[in-house]
Amino acid sequence: MIPSPQTELPVTGHPLADTVARFAWLLPVLPLLGFLINGFLSLRAAAHPGPADPTAASHHGHGEHAHGDADHGHGAQHDDHGDHGDHHPARHPAAALVSLIGPAVLLLSFGLAVAIFFAMKAAHIEEAYVLTLFQWMPTGKLSVDVALQLDQLSMVMTLIITGIGSLIHIFSVGYMQDDPGYPRYFAYLNLFIFFMLMLVLGSSYPLMFVGWEGVGLCSYLLIGFWYSEKANADAGKKAFIVNRIGDFGFLVAMFLMFANFGTLTYAGVEGAAAQLQVGALVATAIALFLFLGAAGKSAQIPLYVWLPDAMAGPTPVSALIHAATMVTAGVYLIARSATLFAMAPTAQLTVALVGALTAVFAATIGLKQWDIKKVLAYSTVSQLGYMFVGVGVGAYTAGVFHLMTHAFFKALLFLGSGSVIYAMHRAYHVTHNHEDAQDMRNMGGLRAHMPVTFYLMWIATLAIAGIPVFSGFFSKDEILTSVFARAHGSTLADASLLGIPGSTLLYIIYALGLAAALMTAIYMTRMMLYTFHGPNRTGEAERAHLKEAPWIMTGPLVVLGVLSLVGGWFNLPLITGGAIGPVEVLHHWLEPVVGRGALIVTHGEAAHLSHATEYLLIGTAVAIAVAGIAFAFARLKPDALVPAKDAPAEQGFAKVLYDKWYVDEAYAKAVVKPTLGISRIVLWKGVDVGIIDGLFVNGSALVARGFGWMGSQLQSGRVGTYAWVLVLGAVMVLSAFSFL
Amino acid sequence: MLAESLALSAALFTIGVIGVLTRRNAIIMFMCVELMLNAVNLSFVALSTLYGAAGQVFVVFVMSVAAAEAAVGLAIIIAIFRHRQSVNLEDINLLKG
Repeated sequence: MIPSPQTELPVTGHPLADTVARFAWLLPVLPLLGFLINGFLSLRAAAHPGPADPTAASHHGHGEHAHGDADHGHGAQHDDHGDHGDHHPARHPAAALVSLIGPAVLLLSFGLAVAIFFAMKAAHIEEAYVLTLFQWMPTGKLSVDVALQLDQLSMVMTLIITGIGSLIHIFSVGYMQDDPGYPRYFAYLNLFIFFMLMLVLGSSYPLMFVGWEGVGLCSYLLIGFWYSEKANADAGKKAFIVNRIGDFGFLVAMFLMFANFGTLTYAGVEGAAAQLQVGALVATAIALFLFLGAAGKSAQIPLYVWLPDAMAGPTPVSALIHAATMVTAGVYLIARSATLFAMAPTAQLTVALVGALTAVFAATIGLKQWDIKKVLAYSTVSQLGYMFVGVGVGAYTAGVFHLMTHAFFKALLFLGSGSVIYAMHRAYHVTHNHEDAQDMRNMGGLRAHMPVTFYLMWIATLAIAGIPVFSGFFSKDEILTSVFARAHGSTLADASLLGIPGSTLLYIIYALGLAAALMTAIYMTRMMLYTFHGPNRTGEAERAHLKEAPWIMTGPLVVLGVLSLVGGWFNLPLITGGAIGPVEVLHHWLEPVVGRGALIVTHGEAAHLSHATEYLLIGTAVAIAVAGIAFAFARLKPDALVPAKDAPAEQGFAKVLYDKWYVDEAYAKAVVKPTLGISRIVLWKGVDVGIIDGLFVNGSALVARGFGWMGSQLQSGRVGTYAWVLVLGAVMVLSAFSFL
Repeated sequence: MLAESLALSAALFTIGVIGVLTRRNAIIMFMCVELMLNAVNLSFVALSTLYGAAGQVFVVFVMSVAAAEAAVGLAIIIAIFRHRQSVNLEDINLLKG
């Protein structure tokens, strides 16, 4: 199916060509194989009705679940496990095989990625290793190959995707074990990994776009995994449609690249971009359109609205797709186009400003959410904003570093919340209670019942809040420091956006970053306090059934906990001076890929601040994080909280935040309603019914009928008339002959 | 001789055409059609002095076809008369589309 790499290509001279890297095509092919097998198992079960029929089992499961379930509609957008546990185990007949294949293909892929990583590390490559598999689109001047690009950046992404992906696959074995759609779930998950690897490993923008669309498809399929609830299916559609807007930007950017540079490969575009002047219009246009694409995929203002709704999918999906990997594709896209963005300071300022605004905006909403997954969803949007600030100001390494640490601690937070929801759901299931298993007002005091999850989630919380030595501290601090450092002596400081000088703007972005950091610390502590501290509010009967998830779920949590704790060592700041480990490892690792772009931004020399300033910045960031946590501990009273069903409605500004600033409602009024109206009145009633049906279809029939009527009038039925016509005709023909 | 024969033929044909166009009685129109056929037969015979006997062969064919046609045509006219008590073509417009 995938031909082996063509050896006659010039890549054979590359130092990686004779290493394990030549098997890189197996990286995406293994998950694809997993998808095919799991998909086949899923379809086969569906084609043989009986006890093995997942559809029948699904009806059974949901039916069981719905009996007497008064507030099921309200719980519709939450995780719904079908049937857990004790009463009716509807485990899929192929579950054992799927549990083996699903995670195994990914672990193999991860193993191969690690092997390639060490080969790359040993080879010290300066140029990317491009492994051409086959020709895809040879058309005129444009020729696109299916080729994999192995370089330091794609390697980092591949390790994150396969590594975190493996952990989440293993977690899913426990979390989804009783779901009737078990093979379908793993088929989608494997397919997602395939497309995600195509996204990061492709050597050209069109190939990235294939992966880009593919992950969008898998996201849609997995958000709507429990599609029998309309809210879940709607959330999937929303994600898909909002992403179309971003994809439009990506496509236009590709058209512009081809029109101006004549090539679409990363190497070609980077080479052409390096020839441009800083501030070139074409670079700005392409960069802004690329950013529109990135904003769609990575949930930035104004296209972030799909991500919170995407929490309708199973929680491991939220962890994998909507926190750790897919949503960071936009950050990867910009880091990949580092040189191009470096030529467009205005676009960079736009990226950074939008990122900072998103970080603050999403954080404010996160302050007042009660659904544990909604808190994490807005937190993800906020942290993605941080990454965009990083790559926006040309600190590509900082952005990718935060992408990596965020993948660790956010995957841990989501899986931890999954473990909490799993426990809550089981407890409610035993007692046939139909309270919301995701509402923090129904939790509280879970520390005593699930200590492993409790400690691990605190590690992740401290990491995301930016407490020193935890991973998030180093990455967040690097982003903020980079913003501050570029406010002087960079192309960004010299440029301006909307009349505001770049220098001022960067200070504003820095301040926004600090504000977001403060709120992050507050809402994350709030989540932990309400979930794990204080008295338990689940219910008397349920309390006895709250217990820690099985080891197959806590195992991956432990690994992620360790990574969240030590992830900072991947890129210790220069200021630590090597006292606690080698500094700037990731920075040096990524230098061959993003170094050129980063240096253009800082006028050819590394950005640096005086040590005093740097200590001051670090001190400020830490003080803010500590202040946020202290504020949450001081002000929030978990003891005073009442369960969701007794809770009073929010008042005043809290209600505005709880209702997400009414952005969805505003979009519905400003965009969705007019679009629907125009579609209905102009496109449907006007163009389709009026012009297409009325004018073309029925109109042409009317014309034909008119001619037919005229013809029928000649047929009087009187033989005499016919005879006259005949004779006249004959006379005319004869006279014509005689005169010509 | 040839000129006179052809003139007679043309006169007969014209009479036949006028008869078909002006009269409405089916029998008379039928007879006028026969007249036109025979006018053509006459010109065939007349022209055979110039072009050989092929014209005379045609005449035999035309006469036999005309005989068959007369049998069928008269039968139809009788059938129409039995049906409608009239052979006036003004009254018969079943061919109207």
